[in-house]
Amino acid sequence: MKQGASTGNKGDRIRSDCQVHLQVQEKGGIDIRLHSKVERMFGEQIRKQALEVLEALGVSHASLDIEDSGALPFVIAARIEAAVKQLKATDRSWIPPVIEQNRYESSRERFRFSRLYLPGNSPSMMLNAGIHQPDGVILDLEDSVAPDRKAEARLLVRNALSQVDFYGAERMVRINQLPAGLEDLDEVVPQHLHLVLLPKCEHGSQVEEVVERIQVILKAHDQEREIFLMPIIESALGVENAFEIASASQSVVAMAIGLEDYTADLGVRRTETGDESLYARTRLVNACKAAGIQPIDSVYSDVANMEGLLKNVETSRALGFEGMGCIHPRQVPVIHKAFVPTGEEIEKARRIVEAFEAAEASGSGVVALGNKMIDPPVVKRAQKTIDLANKLNT
Amino acid sequence: MKLTKNAAGRQVLDEINGEAAIPFQGVGVYKPEGKKHAPSIASCSDYPADGNKVVKDLRVALEKAGLRDGMTVSTHHHFRNGDFLANQVFDIASEMGVKGLRWFPSASFPCHEHLIQYLQDGTIQRIEGSMNGPLGRFVSEGGMDGTGVLRSHGGRYQAIQDGEVKVDIAIIGAPAADAFGNSNGLSGDSACGLLGFALADSEYAEKVIVVTDNPVKFPCIPWQIQGNHVDYVVHIEKLGDPSKIISGTTQITKSPDRLLLAELTAKFCRAAGIIREGFSFQSGAGGTSLAVGEYFRKIMKEEGIRARFARGGSNKYLVSMLEEGLVDYILDGQTFDLEGVRSMAENPGHVWTSPFTSYNYHGKGNFAQLIDVVILGATEVDLNFNANVVTHSDGYLLHGIGGWQNCLFSKTVILPIPLFRDRVPVIREEVTTLCGPGELIDVIVTERGIAINPLRKDLIELTRNSGLPIRTMEELKAEADRICGVPALPALEDRVVAAIKWVDGTVIDVVRQVSPSS
Repeated sequence: MKQGASTGNKGDRIRSDCQVHLQVQEKGGIDIRLHSKVERMFGEQIRKQALEVLEALGVSHASLDIEDSGALPFVIAARIEAAVKQLKATDRSWIPPVIEQNRYESSRERFRFSRLYLPGNSPSMMLNAGIHQPDGVILDLEDSVAPDRKAEARLLVRNALSQVDFYGAERMVRINQLPAGLEDLDEVVPQHLHLVLLPKCEHGSQVEEVVERIQVILKAHDQEREIFLMPIIESALGVENAFEIASASQSVVAMAIGLEDYTADLGVRRTETGDESLYARTRLVNACKAAGIQPIDSVYSDVANMEGLLKNVETSRALGFEGMGCIHPRQVPVIHKAFVPTGEEIEKARRIVEAFEAAEASGSGVVALGNKMIDPPVVKRAQKTIDLANKLNT
Repeated sequence: MKLTKNAAGRQVLDEINGEAAIPFQGVGVYKPEGKKHAPSIASCSDYPADGNKVVKDLRVALEKAGLRDGMTVSTHHHFRNGDFLANQVFDIASEMGVKGLRWFPSASFPCHEHLIQYLQDGTIQRIEGSMNGPLGRFVSEGGMDGTGVLRSHGGRYQAIQDGEVKVDIAIIGAPAADAFGNSNGLSGDSACGLLGFALADSEYAEKVIVVTDNPVKFPCIPWQIQGNHVDYVVHIEKLGDPSKIISGTTQITKSPDRLLLAELTAKFCRAAGIIREGFSFQSGAGGTSLAVGEYFRKIMKEEGIRARFARGGSNKYLVSMLEEGLVDYILDGQTFDLEGVRSMAENPGHVWTSPFTSYNYHGKGNFAQLIDVVILGATEVDLNFNANVVTHSDGYLLHGIGGWQNCLFSKTVILPIPLFRDRVPVIREEVTTLCGPGELIDVIVTERGIAINPLRKDLIELTRNSGLPIRTMEELKAEADRICGVPALPALEDRVVAAIKWVDGTVIDVVRQVSPSS
């Protein structure tokens, strides 16, 4: 068995995090040494919480060092739990109950214009993510987390889902590639998660595997909810199988493309104009439209270049994409601006909603516009377009 | 030590350092009587007929000025964290064996940590001025013999003018000076723009020493400090470190959270109709305040609006607004970068001011009260909109007051502040130290919502349908407490280590010694 465990982060640039060193011992009770920049204000509360977490995890003799840079309670708990779990196998956890503010639902047809990536092991970026009002937040367990930090990030993300108010954003997690990603699901699914991003997806069977695992977890926790899926296509094979993946399950609501990995797979350089990925992007859009789901474009990496971003989103939208990833909060308003519905789109949405209301009034179950049948999700989306237009007008 | 409850409900001293002090009586209540202070009448016959007041060095000047035990010595913070002068003054005082001095700086900076040794050996008995960084820590932990006094920039002018603080020797660092003592801050290696903070000292101190590293021939034009007030002129190698004189703070924040805060602030001003033709504003030099200015610029350009004047802290952003014709005048209180210095030297629309014109409460009006909107910071606010700018929530002295209290008299006061910093919530049940009464603070903008002072029914009405996240202070506090938890109150001793003066010289609050860590 390992003697000591260390989790979390410290340093001059680290905020809202802590680093803990734990040694589990045979006897002597719990000894806590705390060094915190908020010691005078929160020292006692931090010590009390540390004892509570250790007790819940069945640790009664240990030496615990906490180097705190203003971490919130859910972070401290995740760091201690991760340290304990490096040293001993236990099924126990210390999870604060999901706060009331986080119990809102998502829906299949909601807009997914912007979704903000948040590195899964960096608490400071999670805290204020929601105030920038992205349509979704992605707590990322995959590429932004170092391999030796995967386990602690998983607990941090779990606790963040439970405790951080994202102010109405769709709550998403990008799990690791399968099979490791399945273990991620065990932790995050019960925390009122809305959507799972499945990276480097190449086959419909991977989608099915994730859907099955989610069902098992929900059942074990006595929860009955729908959790959506967004596979990410990041390889030549994935592009070839795009429609199979998009239509693999009812839970799939959108599909994204990841161009960094895709261009690497092709052995070409990713360029500003994106000519090298035009085929992949149009193929993905087509597959999504055929399957009735939302196609979502890759992130734009130059965070300082807002004009380049705007041009990129405009192209993206013209190709048929209905959303884009963000890696910086300031990208959110730029993306929203580009996806704002045009006058023509608003007008069309109005006609759809009117047709629906007319059908309802006449007791007819079938909604039609001209000679075209309208599916219920299209009506819902049209209503959302109108709502959005109204909201942006104020 | 006797404590009295003042009009703001705070327990304050009615005697500070052996002199009677008047507890705060409410905004605009206390009216002083009598005449202003004045230095002794001088005679030209006692000064060199050729106007050459240069003496050998700083020590000779201090000796000639009669430096002795218990005197009040003033310096100024035009060189900010790059200042070499204040430390030299007290090195000499220590060599001379002088004790019990009152240091009366317009502000202190971390570079003055050097002076802690003189607080320990009794050379300096107390500081009356801002106490930040290492000095703040030292004073908060009870290391200083006397009681510190913190005043606003306007309050400092008022205290000198009213004779509350009689300056024995003023030492004025001047980036350019002639042998007669005329000086300004516009040229030389130590150029800092203007010398406004030294104005009161030059007029009221018994002895005035000008120290320069850039002697120029008579006349030194413009004379921001008039040589007719000056006793001695000293030439030294270097007044300060130019890279630190021009502070590094004049960069717009890159933090997405702070930018959002600034954007919300500007949107609020737009919704409330504050940004209109001919308006005036003041926004500080911190990263968030600078960003507010940039959002103002955007709105003004979009709507074709021109401001009549901006009060600064000038910096390159404000200067470019002046040069683009978005503002007619900059009324500048201190210059934060070289662009500001250049503009002040070149542009008649870039005007240097002083705490007398801008801030002094015991005058016949001041400029701060004429401003339409001022953007300020705070370390804490409470449910009654009271704010603290001098101490951290753990009780430690952290910042000076600067012009903050004086700016509260502008027509609309807005404080953009994050709801919490690390784990420390900014909205408290009651502020740790009261610096500004809530009745003068109109709007708190946080990234999670905007609280408008219930007294400002007009602003509440104007922004009702703006779509902005308007909330009550109670709601914002509840959210911060949910996220952070409620911090323990600071552990404090009975001993008072510093008093906080209001703009009229009354005592609005006191700062107590921080207990040792448990």
